[in-house]
Amino acid sequence: MTDIPAPAIRLTGLRKSFGAVDAVAGVDLEIADGEFFSMLGPSGSGKTTVLRMIAGFELPSAGTVELGGRDVTRLAPFERDVNTVFQDYALFPHLSVVENVEYGLKVRKVAKRERRQRAEQALAAVQLEGFGGRKPAAMSGGQRQRVALARALVNRPKVLLLDEPLGALDLKLREQMQVELKAIQREVGITFVFVTHDQDEGLTMSDRVAVFEAGRIAQIGTPEEVYERPASAFVAGFVGTSNVFSGAVATALFNREGTFSVRPEKLDIVAGEDGNGVVAEVIYAGPITRYVVDLDAGSRVVVVSQNRAPATVSRGQRVRLSWHEEHVVEIPTGEMERTHA
Amino acid sequence: MTLSASARWALRAFMAVGLTFIYVPLLLVLVNSFNGDRTFAWPPHDWTTRWWSAAWENDGARQALLTSVQAGLGATAIALLLGTMVAFAVQRFAFFGRDTLSLLIVLPIALPGIVTGIALDSAWRSVMGDLGIGKGLFSVVVGHATFCVVTVYNNVLARLRRTGTSLEDASADLGAGPWQTFRYITFPMIRSALLAGGLLAFALSFDEIIVTTFTAGPGVTTLPIWIFNNLFRPNQAPVVNVVAAILIVLSVLPVWLAQRLAGPEAGASRT
Repeated sequence: MTDIPAPAIRLTGLRKSFGAVDAVAGVDLEIADGEFFSMLGPSGSGKTTVLRMIAGFELPSAGTVELGGRDVTRLAPFERDVNTVFQDYALFPHLSVVENVEYGLKVRKVAKRERRQRAEQALAAVQLEGFGGRKPAAMSGGQRQRVALARALVNRPKVLLLDEPLGALDLKLREQMQVELKAIQREVGITFVFVTHDQDEGLTMSDRVAVFEAGRIAQIGTPEEVYERPASAFVAGFVGTSNVFSGAVATALFNREGTFSVRPEKLDIVAGEDGNGVVAEVIYAGPITRYVVDLDAGSRVVVVSQNRAPATVSRGQRVRLSWHEEHVVEIPTGEMERTHA
Repeated sequence: MTLSASARWALRAFMAVGLTFIYVPLLLVLVNSFNGDRTFAWPPHDWTTRWWSAAWENDGARQALLTSVQAGLGATAIALLLGTMVAFAVQRFAFFGRDTLSLLIVLPIALPGIVTGIALDSAWRSVMGDLGIGKGLFSVVVGHATFCVVTVYNNVLARLRRTGTSLEDASADLGAGPWQTFRYITFPMIRSALLAGGLLAFALSFDEIIVTTFTAGPGVTTLPIWIFNNLFRPNQAPVVNVVAAILIVLSVLPVWLAQRLAGPEAGASRT
């Protein structure tokens, strides 16, 4: 144990109740140094509360928070070596951009010349050179987001916490910032913990993902693991779209009992009178077309197919759906399975 | 909302009548302070600044002005300190009796001044006197502070409610201790609310007469009390007019400034 370096973050039996509601109902988690880790889940699943407990804004009802092997559960936010990029950025409106960025250095009594210099460097790193004199109110949403990032990174924290930082940006900007965030993380090499309800964001940027459901972690793994082998029906449905079969339908389709998930893009669709379903809807979406098919076995499924050739299947037509056995994922029911990587 | 033309005209007329009743008498006082005629014949036929210099040279009026300013500053200081502390307690912490506390702070502004006056008078007679603290300027300051606290409290509370705690969270997250957070973030955030609340408190105290009557010790005469005492002396009437005019300006100015500072969330005011 002593030879292995302590993880950047270790959460043990973490719980948080607000009145009668358990926002976080027992979370165990280890995040390695330098990892880009995402906490993914619908709103109210407890992911933000976990983040706030790591930052120190909420006191856990039970359990411990360790940063770099040190128990910080009872320490105030300013005593922890983490910085946060807030959802609403929380820039100080009465301070200029550069004063915002150097704030963390100022309260730590770094000499004025050095902190100004480091703040300018941090602004340059997020491509905001020359904006230092402005007030946050005079910046666009995307620029404010970068200021918040620079303000956190300038302190060179061991861990950076990001609470849905891209939520307020429009789609184009969001995709651009996703790439930039990933590049910055690789460059500075610090641990990023990224909270999001957007599954695309969670999958594209992260080394590992934890999917939250009702205050618990439903699955932890690499984006590929979580997507290809969902550990529960909830994960299958939340991360991407999934066709989940159970009961008699499952038995009819797969000749065995259980609950199974098949991703829409893993299904092949061919027109044919000898088919096993009828097309209920055809949705054209540029690179792909989405088909909604009513199976004779008694289930409605979604099929996604690449538009490499003009579509040959239309609404009301009988079709045959086929799949490879390795793409059928059996979902454990009952006791939730946790995969620790 | 759309109103019919006749309703619009009726409402405009009502508004004009209301504003006339409020402001024309005040204007009259200002005009009469320059009226050359000792009996304030209307319309005035000669103009003078004689009364203004007479008022300036009147020792009683000057002493009263000084006393009023002292009482106002004292009451404002207490209101700023207590009002801010209570606003923080109520907005930032959940504790037993929080709503009651909030009500108790706001209540004195609704209590009739005469009740506050009588209560403080008997408190001073039966308790404070025995403790060796007689009535004087201090008792006036305390009396005024009872209803001045609410203006600061309301202004600061509204500001804290609007700004929330995320900026303070961010400050703590960046490594600032509680005192640094207050100095660099919280105080600048509430500064204009404090100024607005303080100005309103000063204005409330400056023209207060009822509570003052009951709490002032012998020889302590504030400007409103001086005016009241001299109102019915024909000799003093022109000077009283000037002092009243000064009082109007000194009361209106802080309220106007406070409104501009606080913006739409300006707190309750009794003036």
